[in-house]
Formats: sequence, C-alpha cells, structure tokens
Amino acid sequence: MKNPVELGKKLRAWIDLRTGLVQQAEEMADHPTPSSAASWWYVFGSGAMVLLGLQVVTGILLAMVYSPSASNAWASLQFINHNLPLGWYLRALHGWGSDFMIAIVLIHLVQVFLFGAYKFPRELTWVVGVFLLLLTLAMAFTGQVMRFDTDAYWGIGIGASITSSVPLVGKPLVRLLLGGPIIGGATLSHFFALHVFVIPGALLGLVGLHLLMVLRLGINEWPMPGRIVRRADYRQNYAALTRKTGVAFAPNAAWKDAVFAAAMILAVMACAWFFGPFGPSGQPDPTIIQTAPHPDFFFLWIYAVLAFLPPQLEIPFLLAAPALIVLPLLLLPFLAGEGEKHWSRRPVAILVVTLVAVTLGIFTNLGLHTPWSPVMDAWSSAAIPARYVKDRTPLERRGALVFQDKQCRDCHSIGGIGGRRGPALDDIATRMTVDQMVRQVLQGGGNMPAYGKALSPAETTALTAYLRTLNGNHLAPAVNPAAGIEPVNGTHPVAQ
Amino acid sequence: MSDPKHTHHEIAAEATDPRWQATPAEVAAAAPAATSRRSFLFKLAVGLNGLVGAVFAVPILGYLIGPATKKDADFNSWVKLGSLDEFPVGKTHFAEYVNPVVSPSDGETAKIACWVRRIDANSFQVFAVNCAHLGCPVRWFEQSRLFLCPCHGGAYYEDGSRASGPPMRGLFEYQHRVHNGALEILAGQLPTFSNEACNRKPQKPNAPENNPLRVLADDDAAGRRDA
Repeated sequence: MKNPVELGKKLRAWIDLRTGLVQQAEEMADHPTPSSAASWWYVFGSGAMVLLGLQVVTGILLAMVYSPSASNAWASLQFINHNLPLGWYLRALHGWGSDFMIAIVLIHLVQVFLFGAYKFPRELTWVVGVFLLLLTLAMAFTGQVMRFDTDAYWGIGIGASITSSVPLVGKPLVRLLLGGPIIGGATLSHFFALHVFVIPGALLGLVGLHLLMVLRLGINEWPMPGRIVRRADYRQNYAALTRKTGVAFAPNAAWKDAVFAAAMILAVMACAWFFGPFGPSGQPDPTIIQTAPHPDFFFLWIYAVLAFLPPQLEIPFLLAAPALIVLPLLLLPFLAGEGEKHWSRRPVAILVVTLVAVTLGIFTNLGLHTPWSPVMDAWSSAAIPARYVKDRTPLERRGALVFQDKQCRDCHSIGGIGGRRGPALDDIATRMTVDQMVRQVLQGGGNMPAYGKALSPAETTALTAYLRTLNGNHLAPAVNPAAGIEPVNGTHPVAQ
Repeated sequence: MSDPKHTHHEIAAEATDPRWQATPAEVAAAAPAATSRRSFLFKLAVGLNGLVGAVFAVPILGYLIGPATKKDADFNSWVKLGSLDEFPVGKTHFAEYVNPVVSPSDGETAKIACWVRRIDANSFQVFAVNCAHLGCPVRWFEQSRLFLCPCHGGAYYEDGSRASGPPMRGLFEYQHRVHNGALEILAGQLPTFSNEACNRKPQKPNAPENNPLRVLADDDAAGRRDA
C-alpha cells in the first residue's frame, strides 16, 4: 500500500488532466486580494451563497415528501411536521434559511453600495446583483405559496388583484399567474415549477456569472477618501495596489468567510431548532373566511403601504412602483460610475440608506400591528371595562350595549381594548358635542361608514348618551360655543 | 498541484507516431476554401435550427398561454346556490358553490364562497367574498349592516356599495337569476378588476335589469350576456 498522501496527489493529477478544474480552483483560491479587502465587512456575499446552498439542499429534501397539489399540499405539510421524523426541523431550516438569506442579501447590497463597489468597472456585477436580489425575493414569495395554507391562498388572491389592475393585459396576466380561472390546483403547480426549477435555475446561473465577474475584476478595494474612481486609470491603480498589497484570497480572506458561514449556519440551525417551522396555518379552504391573511415578514412593508395609499393613487402606484424601485437600482452604476467611493464623502448615499431603512422599518412595524384592520371579534370578545359603565344611568348603559352590539368596538377602542382603525373613544365627549356625534354616527365620513340605516332613533339616542359620558380623566365636555348665544327652540341643544 | 504540461496548448505540435501524421485529404479539407464553404453550411444549419425552433415554440407557447387566451364564456356558467327558501327575506346569507371549471388537483380550493342578500321575495344581490381592494375575504356583520375586510379595513354597506377604507369601488357582484325555484349565479372565475363576469357596479336593487323574473324570460340570452 502506497502512502495515502501520494495516492491523493495522483488522483488529483488524474482528475486535473481530464477536467482542468483542480488547477482552476487553485487559481481562484490564490487570486490576489488587496490586503485591505480581506475584511469582516466582505463576508456577506459568500454568506448569501452558502445560504443558497443550504436552501437547495433542504429544498430537495422537502420536495421528496411535499405534494405540490392543491388537494394534498396542506396535508403533506402536516405530515412532514408531525409524522416524518425531524420533518418539522427540515421545514424550519428551509423557512429560517429563507429569512436569513433575504437579510444577508440586503446587508450585502447595503455594504456594496456604501463601499462604492458598484462603480467602474463593476457596473455589471452590480446589475446582476440587483437581479439576484429580485430572484431571491421571488423565491420568498413563491415559497410562501408552497406553504399552502389560508395565508398562501389569500396571498395569491392579493397578487392576482394587483396583477388585474394592469391595463389591457390584466386579464390574461391574472390567468397566467393562476394557471386558470381560479386559485386552484394549476396555481400551486405553476408556483411549484417556478419555485423549484425556473427561479433556482436562474439564481444559480446568475450567481455563477456574479462570481466570475468578481474573480475577473478583483474584489473591491477598501475605499479611502480621496481615492477617486476614474474610467481612465482605475484598472491601472487597482492593479498597482493589488501588486503592492495583494494577498492570496485563501487563506487570508477566506478564513473569515468560512467562520462567518459556520456562524450563520449555526444561527439558522438554532432558530430552526428553538423556534420551529413556519405554519402551515389553516387549510386553504376558500369557504373558511374567518381569517386575517398576512404576508411573510419581508413583504409586510408592502402590505402596510397598501393600507395607506389613497384609493385613487393605488393603481398608478402599483403600476409605477416596481419601475420606480428597480430602475434607480439598475441605473445607479451608470449614473454614478465614477468618483468617490468612501461613505464619508458620499452624504447622499448615507441619507438614501438611512431613509430607505427607516421607511422599510416603520412600514414593517406597522405591518406587524395592522392598526388599520378592524379587530373583527372585539365586539363579542372584549368586554367594556367596569369603570366605563360605573355610575351610568340606565339610558347610558343601554347606550353601552348599543356601542358593543353594533360592533363599534371593532374599530374604536375603549380602555385600550378594541380596534385602532378609528380613534380611541375614552375621551370622545371632550372632543365632540352630542350633535356632532349624532351626525358622525348617522352620516359617517372621515373614513367612518354611515350607520343611519343600522341604528334606530332610540339606539342613536342611547348611544350618544353613553358616548357623552366618555370624557377621559373627568375633563370638561365639548360645548357648542354658539349654543349660549342663540338658543334653538328655547333649549340649549348641547349644554346639558 | 498545477503542472502546465497537462494543458494541451503547451504540448508540441508534431505527432511523435508516424501513423498519426495527417493525410493529404485531411489537410486539404482544412484549406480556407473548404472552410468558407463550411461556414456557409454552418450558417445555413443555424438558420434551419432557428426555423425549427420557431415551429417548435408555437405549440409550446400555445400550451403556456392557453388559459390566458380563453374567453369568459369558456369559464363562466350558471351555478346553483340553493333553493329560494334557503335565503330568508331581509337577510344576508353566506353561500358556497363548487366552481364550474375544476381540475383534478383542485381539492378544497374548488369551493368558492359568496354573500347572498335577499332584499325581498324577488330581488337578490350576490356579492363576491373577495374585497374589491385586494381580494381578501370580507365578512358580513349583521348588527352594523356592514361588510368588513380583515386585511386593510375596507368597509361596504349592505347593498355592496363602498362605505370606507382603501377600496375604490363597491363589492364585486355576480349576475344572478331564479331558475326552477333556485337561485343561480353566473360564476367561474376569481373576481378581479379585469374580470367582466364579476366586475359590475353594484346594482340598484329596484332596477328593472335586476328583476329575476325578467331575466328568466330569456335564459340563454342572459347566460351569454356578460360572457
């Protein structure tokens, strides 16, 4: 038996003669990196790639059991969760891996943007990266459909509604999206084909191209204030810098990538193990309508934006927004392909990142709390706190019952419990006179429906009598300033 | 381990074995004249493949966009919701039906829900359950006589007209008729903005075209009217 090291060398030579891959891999590992770029800030790209690998592996394992059929998908998810040994863990890995991947891709994007790495000659690397981001989000959306539950069903409905607003071709587009006239078997198998074949294929191909360009052009050097990028001499400057300060990628930078990859996989595993898989929630039965559909975390901001758009603006916004978000990203390296790379000399870049991060953060937070949604069961489940009925007259208590029974609570809170669609009514009497309350309740307005047809005069009287007692911390009630000057029919309509 | 000898570019151009010497015919075939003829043949072959590819693509494209090119009439048909006495006068009632076009793998998704409002003995309104904002399922609240949407808080009055919130219009309304003592609707597609079968403005309850007795007079014509 020969020395195993010798044997290994021979095997390597044998493979290399036939494929040339060993030599190429070695050249890739040895490619010179400016020593400043062997930094912890440069680990996110490879991190995203490692997560993609994790998603491919766990995805294949799930596809072995998952049934991409609308009649069986939900049951097969339950089977994976509850009957298959460690099936729940595989689903959790895939779900958490997806969230981590989007997060890391976004961090990678921000880092590359702030480090000016998209500038000449790496414009195309950035453009391919933008498409990689879009494909990653497309994977997340189609993956949300794979978890075929109520949220997935109505989520596709939201997608179809948005698609249907496209002028002229809305109808064929909706049918292409659904694979037929309704959300059904064909819809799920369409999304399955996209999620499992089409998008991952494009993703892997573009990752290859992205990586090829990184190797060809070299890793972006650590930006320094005053080191200005010019098309005329950048490549020469970069080559000189790399000649002077270049270190082999492996092991000088690669060890950080490797440590980060391990830490990240451990984090995904920990989240999967301790927090478990996402859903599925209720079964995708369109006749079970007692549901409040909710998109996954990274789409919550869109869900929130859609709640706040004025009705007339909605369709123009939906049609223009994708272009308004994607086009600037695609055009960025061509509009700002030269100049300063360092963030300290790019205040607009810092401002843009801050603005976008704060905006997305606020909308995501709103999406988690959905203050615009009525609390559908508040009227039957949230009792009026005792102090809000204490010392009230029979008429006022009758009004409290009307308040509860007519579902006012679904949109208005009292004592901090109830919907937040409309204002809290704890101190409504300090803001509105009885006349104003009657008008508001019967005619609606300001985003409140009119209850004229749903309330009898007696109910209205009782309701307003009750609302009249809600004056917060014993504040003075609202009065009509004109009431004292000109009595109507000899009585003061308000001051009682 | 990177031995440059292994790459074939580096290896000497002369064959070491005389039997590997190129024959005159082989050398002649590599002449520029032959090359130009072959490059023409190659272009021809590429063109031929382009043609074959186009012919190949037509039915593939037909398969892919088939569902998109169908007419509404291919999907829509009259579906029975239930006999008239299932819908009490003055009430808004939850109803469900199985979509007229189904595929073997639809499972529960073939079931569709809708809201039936019986105004009086002869007049009905049938609303899609899908909110006219983004399609979430609206719920009927009998006491406040409102439909409320759980997603973004769209609200509609009992006649389906918009009350408040982000929707731009009232609820989608199905065309309906009374046939053999049963309430039927013209259904078959997910109600969206682009969908003519359901994209009708909420009707005035007393409008003549909403009188089911009148619709009965011409069943077939009514069946095709919105298709």
